[in-house]
Amino acid sequence: MYSFSYFRPTTARQAANLLAKHPDAKLLAGGHSLIPVMKQRLAQPSALIDLNACEDLAGIELKGRSIVIGALTRHADVANSQVVKDALPGLAMVPGAIGDPQVRNRGTIGGSIANNDPNADYPAACLGLGATIVTNKRRIAADDFFTGMFSTALEENEIITKVMFPIAKKAAYEKFKHPASGFALVGVFVSKRGSDIRVAVTGAGSNGVFRVKSFEEALKKRFSPKSIEGMTIPASGMNSDIHASAEYRAHLVGVLARRALAKATA
Amino acid sequence: MPKVSMTVNGKPVTGNIEERTLLVQFLRENLRLTGTHVGCDTSQCGACVVHVNGIAMKSCTLLALQMEGASITTIEGIAPSPTELHPMQEAFRENHGLQCGYCTPGMIMSALDIVRRKGHDLDEHTIREELDGNICRCTGYHNIVKAVAAGARAMAK
Repeated sequence: MYSFSYFRPTTARQAANLLAKHPDAKLLAGGHSLIPVMKQRLAQPSALIDLNACEDLAGIELKGRSIVIGALTRHADVANSQVVKDALPGLAMVPGAIGDPQVRNRGTIGGSIANNDPNADYPAACLGLGATIVTNKRRIAADDFFTGMFSTALEENEIITKVMFPIAKKAAYEKFKHPASGFALVGVFVSKRGSDIRVAVTGAGSNGVFRVKSFEEALKKRFSPKSIEGMTIPASGMNSDIHASAEYRAHLVGVLARRALAKATA
Repeated sequence: MPKVSMTVNGKPVTGNIEERTLLVQFLRENLRLTGTHVGCDTSQCGACVVHVNGIAMKSCTLLALQMEGASITTIEGIAPSPTELHPMQEAFRENHGLQCGYCTPGMIMSALDIVRRKGHDLDEHTIREELDGNICRCTGYHNIVKAVAAGARAMAK
């Protein structure tokens, strides 16, 4: 790692002030993406602003018809939350499928979303539920938030403070895990909330998480695996690498969408 | 260099360290607690697992400065006395849950975290799933799984 200076604010406001003063700084949440990248010297922030002492950033609550999760909430806490499991079990499936137990004990929802790794799980849940990402400055709809591989609508000096997930009547996540890394080779989140039907895919697209409009259209008649029986998506625009070809990923999107729908409607 | 203070295995410790010092480096190089190992250094193998405020984490992916005020437990801190083993350590010995031993400290610290979360009556499937974050390149895992089950039961006594 290159050297850096280190700050440990205790509130989100302090963190934002530090970020304004240190334009080359990075925010440190769980650190399980950032620290490995810094070890490889692929990132060289001048400073790290550690959010882990900002207690105002963590927590899970049911607010009206939404589940509101603080940005610093760990994957294990969301996966095991009784509030989440009761109100929106499909959402609990997502952090429960991330990495391994030790990683889930440390990694955070805000970190995952801000990083927008094309193989990360949480972006699929956000897009697949039509979540709202709340920052220290504004609210951003998930549809506008994820702008491409490792890129988001976040501006300089902007910190995610919480994520609001509307409670969908039916929702589920299905993932084909890379056996070594645990990352999603492909992951599909499906949900139905009134007439709002969403199918969001992570891991597959060369531009990050995306929605499958053709599947969503077909599911409007009936929210069931049968409605998209035999449907596929084109391989163009899919990732192709040593792990899987674009054609294979495109195929998995259909398979996993049907499995997720089966889970959501079980 | 900034100063960090934490509790390690029940004892208060301090150190003046570079910001980029990892927790595992601080434990091994500053405190000479070399039971915590570095295997992959990429948070995959689990040889570096320690407990931070009672919760298992990979110390190769935490900065030592982040542990200000925290309570850390390493493999050196679990035995009840210098001449006795912790029941989980004893179970690994009894069941031959190791060959070269490199992964063992991490396996045991993870096993204790499994007991914390899942209780003392662990089936094989649960143990195998929960050991997802720990890699052993010798044993084929079979005896490790047996050891974790036996250790978990012994801890209930």
